[in-house]
Amino acid sequence: MEPQLLMGNEACVEGAIVAGITFYAGYPITPSNEIGEIMSRRLPRLGRTFIQMEDEIASMAAVIGASIAGAKAMTATSGPGFSLMQENIGFAAMAEVPCVVVNVMRGGPSTGLPTLPSQGDVQQARWGTHGDHPIIVLTPSSVREAFDLTIKAVNFSEQYRTPVIMLMDEVIGHLREKVVLPQPESIDIINRARPTCPPEWYRPFEDNKSGVPLMAAFGDGYRYHITGLTHDEMGFPTTKPCEVDAAINRLFKKIRQGFDEIMLCETFLTDDATCVIVAYGSVARTAKSVVLQLRTAGKKAGLLKLQTLWPFPRRAIEGLPQSVKELYVPEMNMGQIYREVLRVNQGRRTVRKISKVDGELITPQEMVQVVA
Amino acid sequence: MAYRNINVYQYLRHEKKFPLIWCAGCGNGIVLGSIIRALHTLGLPKDQVVMVSGIGCSGRTSTYVDVNTLHTTHGRALAFATGVKLARPELTVLVVMGDGDALAIGGNHFIHAARRNIDMTAFVYNNNIYGMTGGQMSPTTPQGKIATTAPFGNIEQSFDVMRLAEAAGATFAARGTVFDTDRLDELVELAIRKNGFSVLEILSPCPTIYGRHNKLGSAVDMLRHLDEDTVSLDEAENIADAIKSGKIPTGVFVDIDRPEFCESYAALVKKAQGK
Amino acid sequence: MAQQYEIRLAGLGGQGIILAGIILAEAAGIYDGKFVAQTQAYGAAARGGFSRSDVVISDEEIHYPKAQMLDLLLAMSQDAYDDNLKHLKPNGILIVDATYVSQVADTQVYAIPFSRIARERFGRENVANIIALGSLSQLTSHVSEQALEQAVMKRVPKAHREMNRQAFEAGKGAARAALRLSVRPGGDEDI
Repeated sequence: MEPQLLMGNEACVEGAIVAGITFYAGYPITPSNEIGEIMSRRLPRLGRTFIQMEDEIASMAAVIGASIAGAKAMTATSGPGFSLMQENIGFAAMAEVPCVVVNVMRGGPSTGLPTLPSQGDVQQARWGTHGDHPIIVLTPSSVREAFDLTIKAVNFSEQYRTPVIMLMDEVIGHLREKVVLPQPESIDIINRARPTCPPEWYRPFEDNKSGVPLMAAFGDGYRYHITGLTHDEMGFPTTKPCEVDAAINRLFKKIRQGFDEIMLCETFLTDDATCVIVAYGSVARTAKSVVLQLRTAGKKAGLLKLQTLWPFPRRAIEGLPQSVKELYVPEMNMGQIYREVLRVNQGRRTVRKISKVDGELITPQEMVQVVA
Repeated sequence: MAYRNINVYQYLRHEKKFPLIWCAGCGNGIVLGSIIRALHTLGLPKDQVVMVSGIGCSGRTSTYVDVNTLHTTHGRALAFATGVKLARPELTVLVVMGDGDALAIGGNHFIHAARRNIDMTAFVYNNNIYGMTGGQMSPTTPQGKIATTAPFGNIEQSFDVMRLAEAAGATFAARGTVFDTDRLDELVELAIRKNGFSVLEILSPCPTIYGRHNKLGSAVDMLRHLDEDTVSLDEAENIADAIKSGKIPTGVFVDIDRPEFCESYAALVKKAQGK
Repeated sequence: MAQQYEIRLAGLGGQGIILAGIILAEAAGIYDGKFVAQTQAYGAAARGGFSRSDVVISDEEIHYPKAQMLDLLLAMSQDAYDDNLKHLKPNGILIVDATYVSQVADTQVYAIPFSRIARERFGRENVANIIALGSLSQLTSHVSEQALEQAVMKRVPKAHREMNRQAFEAGKGAARAALRLSVRPGGDEDI
C-alpha cells in the first residue's frame, strides 16, 4: 500500500473497516468526532450501516442490538459519553455480545478538558460498569497502532464474545503520521463461532473448552433468549447459586484462558536495563525518547510499552530481567496504572510514578528529571 | 372469531419458563395473548420475529414467547431494537415496555425512534405505576393518585402517550385496553402491520400495587373501571368530544405514511455508491 | 538523537491553521519522504479562538510528537506571536502575518501581510494559509517547494485549485521580496 498521512482517529476507522465492522452507532463528542464523521462517509459506500443515535446510551444499545442480529458493531466516544455507556457495556459483558467501544480520552472529570489529552479513564475502562466482570482494554501509541489495535479489538471481541474497549488518548487520536497500511488480505480476521447444530440442540450459553459459547444471530433460525439478568445455559434468568456461580466464573475463565494471547506489550532495551519505564499511549513515545537520551548518558534504561491495559499484563512486569531495580510509571493521570504495577510488583523493585494532569503531554525533559 | 381458537402454546416456551412471574389479575398476560394471536393471524414465522423488552413487569414478557427475544436494560429497549432492525431490516421487531420504562427513563429513545420512523411496534403497557419495584409513581400516574413515592397524592401532570407519539412523529398510534380484548387483537394486528414506527398503548390494571394503594377494588373491579372509564373513538364524534366526556379515548389516533428509516437508509446507500 | 526540525503554525480558529499543518506534514512525509508527526491544539471557539498546529520533521522515527524548541514559527495573529515566541530557538525562523501582528520585538522576522494579500488579490481571507505556505516554501529548506505545492493541490477542493495555486505563487513572490528587502519588524508597507 502507498504511504499516507493519517490521523489516529482515521486509522481507527480504517482498521475497523478492514476488521469487518458492518455497523456503527455513535453520538458527537470531542475529541472522537472524526471517527463518527468518517464512518458516516465510508460505511454507506460499502453497503454497511451508520447511524447517529440520540445519545451515548442509545449508541451503545444499538451496537449491542446490531451485534445480536449478526453485525460486527462498534461505537466511539470520549469521557462523558463513555460514562453514559457504562450500563450497557455491562449488559454486553453479561450477555456476551461482541462489540468495540473506542474512547478517545480527554481531560476529566466531568466536562473537563474537551480538546486536551488525558489518560484518566484507565480504571473506568476496567471497572466503569457495576458488578464483577472481565474486560479487554487496548491502547495504541501511534497512528499505525491505532489501525492494528482496532483490528485486534474487533478480533478479540468476536473471539471471546466480550466488549473490548480501545482507549486512545487525544494526542494519538489527533496525531497525524505517515503510515503504510498492510494489504487487507494479509490481515487475520476472526469471526465469532456460530452454532451448526439443529436449533433444538442449541444451548446458547453452554460452557465448552474455550469457555466461549457459540453465538447464533437473531433471524438465523435459533430462537433463544438474551437477558442482562444472570442466566442459565439456556439464557433464562436464574437465581440458583450454583448456576449464578457457574455463569459468572465462566465469564472470567474465558478471558483468563486467553490471557497470553490478549496480553500485548513491547519491550525496548530492557535486557540489560537497571531501570524500566512502564508506559502506554502517547506517553510511551515520550518514554522512548527518554530511554534513548538516558542510554546516551550512560544509564541503562529500558521501556516496557503496554498495548493491553486490561487484563493487566502482569506477566510482562514479572518477566522483566533481574537487573531491573527501578520501575517508573509516567501517566497523564494521578497514577492509575502505577497502582497496578505496585500491586504486581509485590515490593520487589522500587516503583515511582510520574503524574501529569494539566492537559499537556509529559515532555522528555519532565520525565528525564525524575528518571535520571 | 375463529382465529381466537388458535393454540397459543405453540408460541410459548411452555416447557421452559412457566409459570408466569406476573400477579393474579395483572393485565400483562392478556396483552401477551393478543400479541400471540396477532402473530398467528399475520402468519409471521417465529424465526423472523424479534421481541425486545425493557425492565419491569412488562419486560418479562419476552421470556415467555418462543421467538428471538432480547431482554435489555431499563428504558433502552427501543435503542437495542434499533440496532437489531438496522442490522436485519427483514425481521419483524416488537418492543415491549412499561409506562415508566418507555416514557421516563426511556423517554428520549421513545421520541427519537418515533421521529426516525423506524419500522417497529412499540407496546406501552400502561398500568400507571412502577409495579416491579413496589409501586412508585410513574409518568402516567394520574394527578392525585397515591404511589409509594407520592404518599400524599401525585402532584405532577401525566403524559398523554398518544399526543406524545403523534408530536414525535409516530406514523401509527393507538390505545387499547385489556378489557376489550377483541378490539385489542385488532389494534395489535394493525400496529404490527404498519410499515413505520407504531405505538400501541395498552391500559392494563395493576391490582396488587396500584389498585391496592388507590383503593380501586379487586382485579375484576379494575377491569370494570377500564370499561367504564374509556370511550372508543368510533363511538365519540371526535377526540375532543371523547376527552370532554371525561373518559379516556381508545382506538386509532394516528395512521399516516412517512418514509421509513430502513428504506431511506437503503436509498442512501445506493446514492452513496453512485447507483 | 535524531535531528528534528520543528515547525509551529499558530493563529486563530478560522485561519486554516490546522489545514496548513496537515498540508505541510503531507508535503514533508509523503512527497519528501521523511518521518513526520503533526499535532494540533485549539480552543472551543470554532472562529476566533486559539489554534495551533505542530509539524515535526525528521530523517528518523519520531518519538515525542510535539514541537518543543521551534525551528520555525508562523504566527498569524498577535496572540499567537505573543504566546509562542518564547518557544522559538535563538536562530529560529520567525514568520508573521503582518496584517494582524504589529507588535513585534526587534529580532529577525519575515513580516508578510498574508491576510491582506488574500483579501486584496483573491477577495477572501481564507486563502491566507496557502499564501503563508507559499512563503514558507521559500524561507525554509526543510520542506521542498514541489512537495508543498503538490500537497496543497491534493488537499484543497477541486473547484478552488486554480485560486489556491495562485495563492501559493503569491506567497512565494511575497517571500522572495521579503528576503530581498530583509524586512524588519512592522515593515510590510514595502510589499
